[in-house]
Amino acid sequence: MVRKTVLLVAALVFVFVASTGVVNAQSARDYINIVGSSTVYPFATVVAEQFGKTTRFKTPKIESTGSGGGFKLFCAGVGVEYPDITNASRRIKESEFEKCRQNGVNEIVEVKIGYDGIVLANSKKAKPMKISRKDIFLALAKNVPDPKGGERLVGNPYRTWKDVNRSLPNIKIEVLGPPPTSGTRDAFVELVMEEAAKSYPWIKTMDKKAFKEVAHTIREDGAYIEAGENDNLIVQKLDANPKAFGIFGFSFLDQNGDRIQGSFVDGVQPTFEAIASGEYPVSRPLFFYVKKAHIGVIPGMEGYLNEFTSEKTWGPEGYLADKGLIPMPDAERMKYRADVSKLRVLTALNNQ
Amino acid sequence: MNKDDSKANKKVEKRTIDIVHQGLAKRYRAEGRFKFYGLAAIVMSLLCLAILFISIVGNGYKAFRQTYVELEVFFDPAILDHENLSAANYSGLVKSTLRKMFPEVKGRSEKRELYKLVSPGAAFQLRKMVLKDPEIIGRSISVWVPADDDVDMLIKGYFSTDAAENARRLSDKQLAWIEQLREQGKVKKKFNTTFFTAGDSREPELAGIWGAAVGSFFALLVTLLLSFPIGVAAAVYLEEFAPKNRWTDLIEVNINNLAAVPSIVFGLLGLAVFLNFFGFPRSAPLVGGMVLSLMTLPIIIIASRAALQSVPPSIREGALGVGASKMQMVVHHVLPLALPGMLTGTIIGMARALGETAPLLMIGMVAFIVDIPRGFTDPATVLPVQIYLWADSPERAFVERTSAAIMVLLAFLMLMNAAAIVLRKKFEKRW
Repeated sequence: MVRKTVLLVAALVFVFVASTGVVNAQSARDYINIVGSSTVYPFATVVAEQFGKTTRFKTPKIESTGSGGGFKLFCAGVGVEYPDITNASRRIKESEFEKCRQNGVNEIVEVKIGYDGIVLANSKKAKPMKISRKDIFLALAKNVPDPKGGERLVGNPYRTWKDVNRSLPNIKIEVLGPPPTSGTRDAFVELVMEEAAKSYPWIKTMDKKAFKEVAHTIREDGAYIEAGENDNLIVQKLDANPKAFGIFGFSFLDQNGDRIQGSFVDGVQPTFEAIASGEYPVSRPLFFYVKKAHIGVIPGMEGYLNEFTSEKTWGPEGYLADKGLIPMPDAERMKYRADVSKLRVLTALNNQ
Repeated sequence: MNKDDSKANKKVEKRTIDIVHQGLAKRYRAEGRFKFYGLAAIVMSLLCLAILFISIVGNGYKAFRQTYVELEVFFDPAILDHENLSAANYSGLVKSTLRKMFPEVKGRSEKRELYKLVSPGAAFQLRKMVLKDPEIIGRSISVWVPADDDVDMLIKGYFSTDAAENARRLSDKQLAWIEQLREQGKVKKKFNTTFFTAGDSREPELAGIWGAAVGSFFALLVTLLLSFPIGVAAAVYLEEFAPKNRWTDLIEVNINNLAAVPSIVFGLLGLAVFLNFFGFPRSAPLVGGMVLSLMTLPIIIIASRAALQSVPPSIREGALGVGASKMQMVVHHVLPLALPGMLTGTIIGMARALGETAPLLMIGMVAFIVDIPRGFTDPATVLPVQIYLWADSPERAFVERTSAAIMVLLAFLMLMNAAAIVLRKKFEKRW
């Protein structure tokens, strides 16, 4: 009994001491707390690490919660228990902005950091494919315009790429891609499927809900395989199966250029230069959002912002470019750097 | 009639033994088949285990060695200002050293390619050397610094050099420089100590598992301190003191149910109760340990109750018979005999907690954390989460590091399970 009592008392004392420690830790957090998109995560972490190793501040903590999850945490309120920065692979939505305001997060600084390309790639053992966004839509949508003509939708009848377009190779459609929970999937649907669907005037004029239904629903008969969030796995599968294609972020193509190749989309190959110049059509901006009220409260915030927006970081020859981030054009970089140094807050969403 | 009778009798007798003989071969065959199925099942599972181990070890064993490059560093007093040594331009020192080794390299882009041969960690290493011993300023010392992860992959044979130049991570020039360094004996693979001493990093050659291991240690310590005493106390009360009625039945059913609840549910509970209600910090091993102890508690209670049940009633009766009180009977006699079984259950529960990621996702322990946690409220991550994060990184060199981290985690799990077996063998009493 003695031993047990001692253990119990020890546990209770421990919990008590720990929780008082918690209160202390809460009242003075000495590291930056960052949440948000898993697409921005590989870039933000490099900056955080560089910042932590070259300054006297602690390395910021970065959680990969997804863009939506990040905004949810970020907009929960002002104070040390809430995150200081959230990363996002899309702009903040009206509803999220509203939520922030309701919780007293009125001053948010928006920083665009660069672009990310989404590629359709296959193994180097096969030939590169030249495809249009319309072909991709026809190959992957659940319901497509009737190939016999007429303004109606039929279940996707295409089995091979050649069925979709005579100039494409005669191999079975097999695409490994991200699941609906992924930000890459959102961007892919928006940039490829929606754009292609809009090219049919009668689909474009549908009401909003019906249009989404057509453009956002991917076929479920085995031609599109949801390969999970792990892009490395997709790369390995493509290497093993030269007939398959994969959809993922440009940085994975950049790292595995000796094994896989990007397909030409609308005549442009996904290269660093083509995405940077905006020629390659499937690319999206990446952002992070800063809570102005936390600047000056959490140590190191100014330093982190300065590190992120300096040329050696996000410039064309900066270390983020080495990690596969596509830098913004010079003028845009200047604008956002100026915004950051002045801490210009976001007032309304339709100001751009 | 009589004859017939005896005949019939004989026939019947003979028939029985005949049936036995007839069926015997079949029954032996059935037994043989049954044994074969069992054996096949074992062989199958062993085979799967072997494939798992071979693929993990095959992918990961190279990560324990890292490529280093020898640099002849002149600690230039012009670069290293005595006033402010910690903020001096150490990457400039690395760059000037590389330029001196390859004087023929001219032009901005070519120089940039040259600088990419060594890891950004080289500058941190030189900084550490200078801060430790400022006397070295002004002297030339040869230093082995980690090579960049792309160079490391090339030396380990993961990159094929016959791809077109723009499809490779390393250009033709870089390959030529590496070849030149190799001929001079300035490239060497050494034991990768960084992997065991560093925290996470986005540079594969600087990434290590120590941060995650410390995080796991803190979280499991919390789990042990909470779940073992509470679990044992609950088991002892339920088994030795509680009256048998509807309420205790209800509690028992609930404990058994809790043991089968998916772990993500405990994560949601932790988020709602510990973070949102009590306001504990996110990403802290303290909260991680508390969530994991919720998960291990039912396992420990069930194992402890089984251990208490296996103590024969004669021990209890004997103790009561010589005048011990009920509490003395439990504490002096039953508990010491049941303790080995309880410990085994605890260790198995802790091993399960060590491999758990799902509940930690909800409380923010899936995060990029470079600094080694120094306390229970510092942000931390744990070993399985580190594996998950590395598996998701684009850099090729993280593939082998992922496997290496899995090997380390498996080693810990085996160690814990072996400890459970040893404890049981050593203290177990058979009745």
